[in-house]
Amino acid sequence: MYDAIVVGGGVMGCSTALHLARGGMHVAVVDRGALCREASGVNAGTLTLHMTRAALVPYAMRAWQMWMDADKWLGMGVLATHVPGLTLAFTEAECELVELRAAARRAQGAPIEVITPERARQIEPGLHPGLLKAGYCEIDGFASAYLTGRAFGHALKRAGVDVIENAPVEAIDSGDASHVVRFAGGREPLRAKRVVLAGGVWIEPMLAWLGVDIPIKVLVNQLIVTERIRPVMRSVLSVANGLLSLKQFANGTVLIGGGWQGEGDRERGGVEARPQNLVGNMRLAAYAVPALAEARIARIWLGLEAETADALPIIGDVPGVANAYVIGSAHSGYTSGPFMGRIMAQHILGQTPDLPLFEPTRLVGMTMPGA
Amino acid sequence: MSPQPVDALVIGAGPAGARAALRAQACGLDVLLVDENHDAGGQVWRPIPPGFARAPSGATSPEARDGDALRAELRRASVRCLFGHKLWNIGTNLRADLIGPEGSVSWQPRALIVATGTTERVVPFPGWTLPGVIGLAAATILLKSQNMLPGHRTVVAGAGPLLLAVATGILKAGGEVAAVLDLASPGDWLRTLPSLASRPDLLWQGLQWQARLRAAGVPVLYRHGIRSVEAAGSGLEVRTQRVDADGQPTVDATAPVFAADAVTVGHGLVPGTDITRLLRARHRYAVELGGWVAEADADGRTSVAGLYVAGDGAGIAGAAAAGAHGELAALACAHDLGRLDATTHARERDRLQSSWRRSARFGHAMGSLMALRDGAVAGIAPDTVVCRCEDVTRAEIDAAARDGARDMNQLKAWTRCGMGPCQGRSCGDVAGALLALHVGSREAAGCFTGRAPLRPVSLAEVAGEYTYADIPIPKAAPL
Repeated sequence: MYDAIVVGGGVMGCSTALHLARGGMHVAVVDRGALCREASGVNAGTLTLHMTRAALVPYAMRAWQMWMDADKWLGMGVLATHVPGLTLAFTEAECELVELRAAARRAQGAPIEVITPERARQIEPGLHPGLLKAGYCEIDGFASAYLTGRAFGHALKRAGVDVIENAPVEAIDSGDASHVVRFAGGREPLRAKRVVLAGGVWIEPMLAWLGVDIPIKVLVNQLIVTERIRPVMRSVLSVANGLLSLKQFANGTVLIGGGWQGEGDRERGGVEARPQNLVGNMRLAAYAVPALAEARIARIWLGLEAETADALPIIGDVPGVANAYVIGSAHSGYTSGPFMGRIMAQHILGQTPDLPLFEPTRLVGMTMPGA
Repeated sequence: MSPQPVDALVIGAGPAGARAALRAQACGLDVLLVDENHDAGGQVWRPIPPGFARAPSGATSPEARDGDALRAELRRASVRCLFGHKLWNIGTNLRADLIGPEGSVSWQPRALIVATGTTERVVPFPGWTLPGVIGLAAATILLKSQNMLPGHRTVVAGAGPLLLAVATGILKAGGEVAAVLDLASPGDWLRTLPSLASRPDLLWQGLQWQARLRAAGVPVLYRHGIRSVEAAGSGLEVRTQRVDADGQPTVDATAPVFAADAVTVGHGLVPGTDITRLLRARHRYAVELGGWVAEADADGRTSVAGLYVAGDGAGIAGAAAAGAHGELAALACAHDLGRLDATTHARERDRLQSSWRRSARFGHAMGSLMALRDGAVAGIAPDTVVCRCEDVTRAEIDAAARDGARDMNQLKAWTRCGMGPCQGRSCGDVAGALLALHVGSREAAGCFTGRAPLRPVSLAEVAGEYTYADIPIPKAAPL
């Protein structure tokens, strides 16, 4: 009998499990695939406040520090790198948007200021000459998301957490004192006093196992990475409305993201990129940093991102089910993931979370905007 | 620009693709044959690049003759060809995105016949990434299409019929062969004799090749491989090693060392599955066919509707079998698109299948000589680079496996093995074999998920000409 079984081995689930284990619990993480192979391992690795929802800025700032210190508390790093971040405006409308969004995030504690193009070019000389204004934040950076599973796997193993991969859960039977986690394919069921649902976009079907109906929207984000090229940029770049993320890693590759949508869904996963959205995303990247035009694309892939009806995270008790918890659906969830897992664990351990949770009850019966 | 419609798009203009295109057109289909090279022929019947003349010695070779005949036939039949085009993406609806001299073009076929051949496998050894060390198949490209020598004095090493072809090709072109190192034994070659009964021409060619090497005094070392290559002065020092039947190095201090300025080495061919993996067709591992291949019926139908495979890319069976295989796929395609009645299809199909079986017997025998040997993989030294794009060593692959990477995609994420510009085409087969040593089987290790682009393309090529107003920026993310 485990003290807790975490269903879903992404950043949220792994961080929750690790903090529970360090709090003295006997914990297992189960995943239908391998650790951190969905959103947590295939996202753009942006550790920015520019794209974080304003309300999540305090969370993201704490998580940013956790990522930068990953080798200390995970025992293995994810190449987290501290560089400045810029949000670019090329039109008058975008200038207004940059001002508005910087103010909202500043109000939540993000040290973002709006700067002139001259100053922006001192920070990032390769920017397009048509730049009108930029949001600037000293606290920004990136990680290599593909290393996330290895780092967490290492830490979980050392903390004594059982990591059970390639084990698709098909049901959870919840009694008053314990839960039985049942697997597809004939694997023996596991028992636990508590369950934590941390399944990213699959939180919706997971909650349905417990009879709870909360809609979760699935975003299918396209990502593009170039071959290694000469240094062409040194900051994390986005544009006023958030539809670009751009950074060059130490190995010379440049990652282009920003949430342009591809084809796919919860059932099939990411299916394929939309050609017009590939073209759009590449144009925007090569417009922001003209030297990128020469770069060759090495790989294009897709990652699924979850969004609740009010676009704020779902972190707390599963409504109406004792000793069941849910964590996920944070915008820029990779950035704030480690901290979200910590406060979830603090709550489960009976401690006061460092910052408030995001009560799931508010979402019951809420319908998706536009659905 | 919206994609242009076509009945059948054939990818790859080697023997399989070209014959598929000819046959599909003869069945009344609207066909487009695509290749990144400037003309048809593929690797085996490689066309001479513009501005190059064929060497006098190459003019009469059977391969040059067959290639010229095929190119002439394509022109006579007015098959629509798109040469010099890079296919970089394919949608799930089979839409093909290409970059050509005129920029970006897309075609929307009803059926896709993939005849993209193979990639050369090199079981790595220390020094395999040094300048002057190239693949056996790469050497055939130099020799066939440009009449160029890999070096003045070359060590030819590896497995399969390319060893003899390259060694004699070098001699014919005026080069020197320091030695031929063959993983196989004379007995392994003798066992292929029955399959040669149907191809006296190839048997005769093989014997001529051997006679030529003997006459030139080239040492041929059976059951030998390369232990290491090191830069030595302006040349290379090639250390050799004896191997057992499984390819595993045996301890023997007497294995000779050769001085050379070039090494050509290849350990067989791996079917190109980039496109079928991208389209998520079902695949199976078949060591005798060269590795992972798309699951397909005898007519090349894969698990994806409208997607067909033909030629060596569907499993190594040789150039002679590839043509019949291409025609079989074309017939199936014409039948499935309602352009060929069942009776005619069945009749033609039977004839082609027996022709394919005859030719494939030889190809399969050669394939068995080139199949990956477990011992060769097990014998790779820990500090040897396996993924040359990303400099990932065997020791790093082993460490990731011990840390819990249980499949190829996790291995890729944790080590960057296969993340470089070649997308794992060079290292994927050997890396899979190394991971299989930890997880029990190639099936358990799986293969890299297929990703676009199929060939590297620049942002400028995809983005085209535009202004800021031309970028359809979506609505803002929530604040």
